[in-house]
Amino acid sequence: MNKIWLIIKREYWVRVRKKSFIIMTLLGPLLSVMPMVLSVYFSTKGTENKTIEVLDETGLFDNKLSSTKSLSFKKSNAVSLNEAKASFKTAKDYALLFIPDFDIEKPRGIKLFTKKNVSPEIVQSIKETVKKVLEDKKLIDAGINKDVLDKTKVDFSISTINIDNEGEKEGSAWGSYIIGFGSAFLLYISLFIYGAQVMRGVIEEKTSRIVEVMISSVKPIQLMMGKIIGVGLVGITQFVFWIGIGWMLATATTGILFKDKITIKAKQENKIQVDKEKQTTQPTVEAQESSPLKFLETLNIPLIIGCFIFYFIGGYLLYSALFAAVGAAVDAETDTQQFMLPITIPIIISFIAAQYVIREPDGPIAFWMSIIPFTSPIIMMVRLPFMDASQYWQIILSMVFLIAGFVGTTWLAARIYRVGILMYGKKVSYKELYKWLFYKA
Amino acid sequence: MNILETHNVVKRYAAHTALDNVSINVPDQSIFGLLGPNGAGKTSLIRIITQITAPDSGEIIFNNSKLDPSHIAQIGYLPEERGLYKKMKVGEHLLYLAQLKGLTKNEAMDKLKIWFIKFDIKTWWDKKVEDLSKGMQQKIQFIATVLHQPKLIILDEPFSGFDPINANIIKDEILELRKQGSTIIFSTHRMESVEELCDYIALINNSKVILNGSTKEVRHQFKTNTYYVEGRGNNQHLNLPEGFIQSNMETLDDDYFKINIKIPSTASSNELIQSLIKEIEIRTFKENIPSMNEIFISSVNGENEVKKILSDINN
Repeated sequence: MNKIWLIIKREYWVRVRKKSFIIMTLLGPLLSVMPMVLSVYFSTKGTENKTIEVLDETGLFDNKLSSTKSLSFKKSNAVSLNEAKASFKTAKDYALLFIPDFDIEKPRGIKLFTKKNVSPEIVQSIKETVKKVLEDKKLIDAGINKDVLDKTKVDFSISTINIDNEGEKEGSAWGSYIIGFGSAFLLYISLFIYGAQVMRGVIEEKTSRIVEVMISSVKPIQLMMGKIIGVGLVGITQFVFWIGIGWMLATATTGILFKDKITIKAKQENKIQVDKEKQTTQPTVEAQESSPLKFLETLNIPLIIGCFIFYFIGGYLLYSALFAAVGAAVDAETDTQQFMLPITIPIIISFIAAQYVIREPDGPIAFWMSIIPFTSPIIMMVRLPFMDASQYWQIILSMVFLIAGFVGTTWLAARIYRVGILMYGKKVSYKELYKWLFYKA
Repeated sequence: MNILETHNVVKRYAAHTALDNVSINVPDQSIFGLLGPNGAGKTSLIRIITQITAPDSGEIIFNNSKLDPSHIAQIGYLPEERGLYKKMKVGEHLLYLAQLKGLTKNEAMDKLKIWFIKFDIKTWWDKKVEDLSKGMQQKIQFIATVLHQPKLIILDEPFSGFDPINANIIKDEILELRKQGSTIIFSTHRMESVEELCDYIALINNSKVILNGSTKEVRHQFKTNTYYVEGRGNNQHLNLPEGFIQSNMETLDDDYFKINIKIPSTASSNELIQSLIKEIEIRTFKENIPSMNEIFISSVNGENEVKKILSDINN
């Protein structure tokens, strides 16, 4: 036992002291939070105001086109289109909007003259503004008073509330989505990163022949487990730092940049000015009014964190044992390809299936994938925010299977490891590996 | 008392038999040479003794009890190929290996200090292993092997890669370690080192032990009963008793000659001397005891010759 501990300590310290680890730990959350924060910042930042000259032959649009923060409409002084075009060419205006005389029932022929190509967003914005004026006009022609018209505009949002035996709590669809997908993604990349580290460590020991010296002092399984646990602890250390730093960054930046509301944009938005405030009319995520992170209240945070830790450890132990076995079977990293594929397929499938499971968290696919040990770490984490207390037995079942899973793969890996680490020069096939399982200890 | 005995050890790898009923006895506090051509089975045997692998049949007795994991702390092993973590610092690495052998950190530090002063390598403590040359790494690994003062030290080709000065240092250390009570088994191709150091040898060829015993015994086994004589007074042919075979005389610079004479096993060297005195002035008279090199070659070739003849007959 003592010897395993010595090995764990060495494997841990040698990696944690590396500059690359320290940099990744500090930069990681920055690198992932920053892009999100920056994209939100940039999309809410105002753009330069652009002036659109309007030559309106219908007369409908005089003083009706409302300027927005980025577009202002100015009536052209020209009388004819050619005159307008001529003066536009020399003017500083951004574009010339020509509205020919048309029947309000069939608007056509509207042209936007620009000096260079403009963004579709601007064209859309102009179109919406024009459309609004026409629609208002039609309503008024139909006899509806403008004030009545204004009063029909509605702006609202739906807040989600979860009801269970304990009462009501504000829910959040998007919060669950983020947590589910986020933890699945974290597990996905961590399995690859740390599994690969274990494999590389084993190969290094093999090629540098240190393994002979080590095996004359410790048993192969002690070396294997020491390495797996050591690297695992490195992973946990990194996560603890990431979650801590990420949390602080997220609360700090959201607090500073967004005072009242957050809008997380999924696609291009339309900005139409309604009253004075800025709101979007496309479906977007609106967090609750008060704190940006209030949605976390519905989620059983201790359970989620506890499960994340369990599934990270379980999934890591299961897969890193297999990675260790692959490392022991080959002589160089370039030979690992043929063995890596079958090991990584379940991980990749889990990640792809996650997109489906998040829409159908209670279906049979979701259920079975969250029980089978090879896919359960990722899929169960995806399901977790959407589960209620009556389903918790599934978590227990899944955990039991995961434990059986990693005990199984560790046993298998140990048998391959102890033969493979001393075997050089042989190109191993699956048949060969199968034989190794039965070599005497 | 034998520190180590192997009884009928057999080891097979797939179709190839690496060790075929190998039995050797290594007396306590001796220097034991494990000899043999490449691929003979030396490393396989060493791996079994160091418990890296296990035999298919046969047993190993260490210090009068069956070999088991608790003996790890009493055995030191220096493999033929350098095996160190490249990115670790020298001092840290040695502490790690010493602790895995059962020393406490403090014990290891104390002992390391002594060795670093002895080898005059104090400046290496914080260097990374990959920054050292091969010979330097070998020195480090040697220290790691003997640091915990094991009763049995196994060195696989310890002199390869060392310049004469460093090879000498290692040689002196081996002798010193024996004086302090350890037994050293080393496998090598370098017969000069065997002559200088070994008390006992075993020669393995094609997975079998073909020679085994103290170096004195083995050499006497290979005695050819020939004697080397330098003398003067007769330039052609010596008058020798019946059955005594003489080689051609070879004149040396200062009108002395040299000659080899083989006497029958029934005769004694004194008879030869008596016969020579009658004719010549003797300057040098000594028995031709074969060198380990010659013994190695003739044993292995002899074996191979026999094998070849047998296979020719069978074909």
